Amino acid sequence: MNAYVGTSTSRVDGRAKVTGAAKYAGEFAADGLLHGFVVEATIARGRIARLDTSEALKVKGVVDVLTHARRPPLADKDEAWKDEVAPEKGSPFRPLYDDRIKFNGQPIALVVAEDWETAKFAATRVRVEYEQEAFATDLESERDKAEKVDQPHKPRGDAAAALTRAAVRHEADYVLPSEHHNPMELFATTAVWDGSGGLTVYDKTQGVQNVQKFLCSVFGKKPDDIRVISPYVGGAFGSGLRPQHQVVLATLAALALKRSVRVVLTRQQMYGLGYRPMTIERVALGAKPDGTLDAIKHEAIAVTSRYEDFSRNDTGWAEQLYKSPNSNFSHKLVDLDVSTPCDMRAPGAATGVCALECAMDELAVALKLDPVELRLRCYSDRDQSEDLPYTSKQLRECYARGAEAFGWSRRNPAPRSMRDGKELVGWGMATGVWEALQMPVAVRIVLTANGHAEVSCAASDIGTGTYTIVAQVAADALGLPIENISVRLADSTLPQAPVEGGSWMAASSAHAVLGAAEEIRRELARLAKAMSGSPLADLDAANATLTDGMIASSEGRGAAVSIADVMRHSKLERIEKEKLNQFAEDKSHARNTHSAVFAEVKIDEELGIIRVTRIVNAVAAGRILNTKTGRSQIMGGVVWGIGMALHEETVMDHRFGRIMNANIAEYHIPVNADVHDIDVIFVDEPDDRINRLGIKGLGEIGIVGVPAAIANAVYHATGKRIRRFPITLDKLLE
Amino acid sequence: MNNFQYSRASDVADAIRLLAADPGAKLIAGGTNLIDLMKENVERPSRLIDISRLPLRDIEETADGGLRIGALVPNSDLAYHPLIEQRYPLLASAILAGASAQLRNMASVGGNLMQRTRCPYFYDTTTPCNKRSPGAGCSAMDGLNRNHAILGTSTSCIATNPSDMSVALAALGALVHIARPSGQRTIALTDFHRLPEDKPHLDTNLGSGEIITAIELPPHGFARNYSYLKIRDRLSYAFALVSVAAALELEGNAIGEARLALGGVAHKPWRSLEAEAALRGQAATPDHFGRAADLLLQGATARSHNGFKIDLARRAIVRTLMQAASATPQSQAHKKIA
Ligand SMILES: Cc1cc2nc3c(=O)[nH]c(=O)nc-3n(C[C@H](O)[C@H](O)[C@H](O)COP(=O)(O)OP(=O)(O)OC[C@H]3O[C@@H](n4cnc5c(N)ncnc54)[C@H](O)[C@@H]3O)c2cc1C
Ligand code: SF4
Repeated sequence: MNAYVGTSTSRVDGRAKVTGAAKYAGEFAADGLLHGFVVEATIARGRIARLDTSEALKVKGVVDVLTHARRPPLADKDEAWKDEVAPEKGSPFRPLYDDRIKFNGQPIALVVAEDWETAKFAATRVRVEYEQEAFATDLESERDKAEKVDQPHKPRGDAAAALTRAAVRHEADYVLPSEHHNPMELFATTAVWDGSGGLTVYDKTQGVQNVQKFLCSVFGKKPDDIRVISPYVGGAFGSGLRPQHQVVLATLAALALKRSVRVVLTRQQMYGLGYRPMTIERVALGAKPDGTLDAIKHEAIAVTSRYEDFSRNDTGWAEQLYKSPNSNFSHKLVDLDVSTPCDMRAPGAATGVCALECAMDELAVALKLDPVELRLRCYSDRDQSEDLPYTSKQLRECYARGAEAFGWSRRNPAPRSMRDGKELVGWGMATGVWEALQMPVAVRIVLTANGHAEVSCAASDIGTGTYTIVAQVAADALGLPIENISVRLADSTLPQAPVEGGSWMAASSAHAVLGAAEEIRRELARLAKAMSGSPLADLDAANATLTDGMIASSEGRGAAVSIADVMRHSKLERIEKEKLNQFAEDKSHARNTHSAVFAEVKIDEELGIIRVTRIVNAVAAGRILNTKTGRSQIMGGVVWGIGMALHEETVMDHRFGRIMNANIAEYHIPVNADVHDIDVIFVDEPDDRINRLGIKGLGEIGIVGVPAAIANAVYHATGKRIRRFPITLDKLLE
Repeated sequence: MNNFQYSRASDVADAIRLLAADPGAKLIAGGTNLIDLMKENVERPSRLIDISRLPLRDIEETADGGLRIGALVPNSDLAYHPLIEQRYPLLASAILAGASAQLRNMASVGGNLMQRTRCPYFYDTTTPCNKRSPGAGCSAMDGLNRNHAILGTSTSCIATNPSDMSVALAALGALVHIARPSGQRTIALTDFHRLPEDKPHLDTNLGSGEIITAIELPPHGFARNYSYLKIRDRLSYAFALVSVAAALELEGNAIGEARLALGGVAHKPWRSLEAEAALRGQAATPDHFGRAADLLLQGATARSHNGFKIDLARRAIVRTLMQAASATPQSQAHKKIA
């Protein structure tokens, strides 16, 4: 029964969020709560020569100042500091571990006081002297030091030779700056001391169990000693995948002082966390005169820290999209004196596909082909890296539906040919692609005789709508109204879930709910059969259905018994079932989501002002569980894509190795005035191979392709190709 | 943030007394700039003197037909005041081009005049900045200076004044009324802010112990032919790269009086009497506007990243004058450029 799945059900947590009833990590209270304020390094590399906390300690209300020289023990092996999401290679950053400074903005002390303002004030009284060392933070000047990392995409054919002989060639560098996530909610942790060594840690995170295991290993605690809870997350976008400094510091202080401690980072301090790494993307395409590709080369050079190799797949995406007998992909890293980058919405794809799709546009111009037509001529029905078919791929349909909704056929291909009054009009498009991943997740359902069910799982809802889709799937599977479903998430004591990321949580949690509901249904069927004089005496559990609070046979012989009656007869107040859902391993098919993005810009050329007046994003992502929250996901991605194209950039002064726009007045993201019409189209994509419900996930696909579509529209409007993002007006005026 | 004392002034004389008694004291009105700077440890006042409840919130007509605006009138009240909307729409427009609705509700006229530069090095106490610590050096000179000044700079500072309101006030010929221990004084808005020279730590010519009590607008409001155009890195809620306030008196197509001021390009709103004189008596054509722009931009120099602002300013001046001449002023609500 699908009373809820596939509908536009409103968020079940919406009311709690808008009324303030929803509590975030920094809002939990505790008796005698102390407040920590982080002191950060102001150099990029070196060591702490002297750290004088005496003045800070004299401030009334200050309880302690923790430093590398004054703290409880911390694990000394890298393995202990490697969380679920840590890069394979490297030695994770350890806050307050030793006197080494690895990046500007590194936490070097935590002032703990009776209130936050006192801690903040006392932090200005901590005196630090450094021994500075030579450092480097500029990717472009260190580009030559790039080193190749292993990537899943093996070379095919001989791309270099094919490029040399190509009838039409395009090769260029695209430069994408570092970006910070800037979620609305500040990173915060409230570590509540239970009086006997145990801690309940309220943390802003995308994975409570990841944080819980990490804290236990870093602090040498037993699993029962630490519980991590994160019921609501005010956006994270990847910044909360790894445990962040503040959770280590709050826990450290609570253990040191045997009191509850809260640490909230300031907006500025959040620029010391992870970020989308700057990349220089070199794309070379070689085509035959008929507009088919013969060669693709894509090399990305990205920033990482000196202590960890963070790398994501920037360069393999052409394998999914465009047929080419010859291809070569490589991803290189440059070690710099900066903090380790981390995942940020569609990591690798937002940047890599941006470069690829700008390059495809340039190739279309060189071939005098319509950009959509070029993509259709190169369309690949198989994932070329493993030469596999897709579980489903409705990208052709995305092009068709998107183009139609946008009115693409009315486009005059000549740059500078379309106008609206004083403004030049540009129409551009790009393709988007992301993975459809799924992970093992366990869910527990407790059904009570009053017809209510509690569904619980350790997964987070980072604002994407997990509470809502879990409730929808459970309501349908149990045949109950959604009001009778309560959902508990993001508590490390609940059934197992991985971090929420990679767009895998919708499919993974939905099928885990199905699995647990299935167990409940079997149990009810067994009980219903066993009732004395049961009308369902010959019910076959496999054919039992739960609908409208009743259990019946799907063979439809009319007889039905209310679930409440079954439980009453069986003298049961509750039925509890927990099930871990594992997806069968299937290497015979590739799994991806796709999109076609169409953008309109209007440009006042004299003044360089760009307005993105329309975006149509046609998305094929399997079955859409909830069209309302799904649409919101895509719209959020599109807005972010506008930011990537025109606004966002973390600006660093490389003389100081310091970020100079670490606040949201100066780090620009789109504001309402920058956002106009956004049309989201979900293209039908039935997929009975990927999983039972045919779900693929929507978290990342919405941003992919958007920056390229806008950049391509800017070219179409002005005839200017801007390959260094963001496209600010000075670049247009150059 | 530093610790500080707090006093609430009971009247203007009390505020002046409190200021004189504590050289580290600062006035606080809306707090939208001062508190930010205190959080960054850039401003470390020993005492905050809260003037927000002083009776300086009136907008009154003056004997000669102008307006006197109390220093504590909130920016939004000023922008939406009927007399301002009708008679000084250039001022209303400039105010609405600035900040956000929430900030404008808090911000006062006096605070707006006194707001400090947004130079990132000024805000970051770990980097050298002459304006913050005289003699420390200027990090912007050879650093990130994309939005720094192109006019009136010195070898010690290339910061800009970020106010939008002040640009319109400069164009309108506003006066600033100041109370001080020895009485009152009045100076032209264009003399209120100063150039950095070798004392970039001084933004204005307001003396220590002095308080802005009001600004005064002369009778002529240029309500027919005016425009305020602000060019920025996103379509709203960003400081100006360049902004232009233009006001014309037209007789047919012939220019009578002309006013022109630039924002975002110098340590003060930039006005040139020469450029305005060159417009007087001329036809309102792009050519004449271009010539005025050249005069206004005379002596403009660029550092490594802000060269684009010179050309951008020229184009923006011409466009704004065109908007003013055709009585199609830039709308601040609709971001399409007229
Ligand atoms: C995110 C952000 C964006 C912004 N964008 C813009 C923008 O686009 N354009 C723009 O123009 N502005 C912008 N602003 C700045 C805003 O206009 C100023 O912060 C505001 O006008 C200051 O007024 P206030 O009353 O809050 O001043 P306060 O913060 O209270 O005071 C500022 C200074 O003025 C002094 N002062 C206050 N009143 C008097 C007085 N009567 N006499 C003498 N000294 C006085 C104070 O001592 C202090 O030094 C922005 C601000 C923020 C935070
Ligand atoms: S431009 Fe002025 S405010 Fe900026 S760093 Fe230089 S001295 Fe300081």
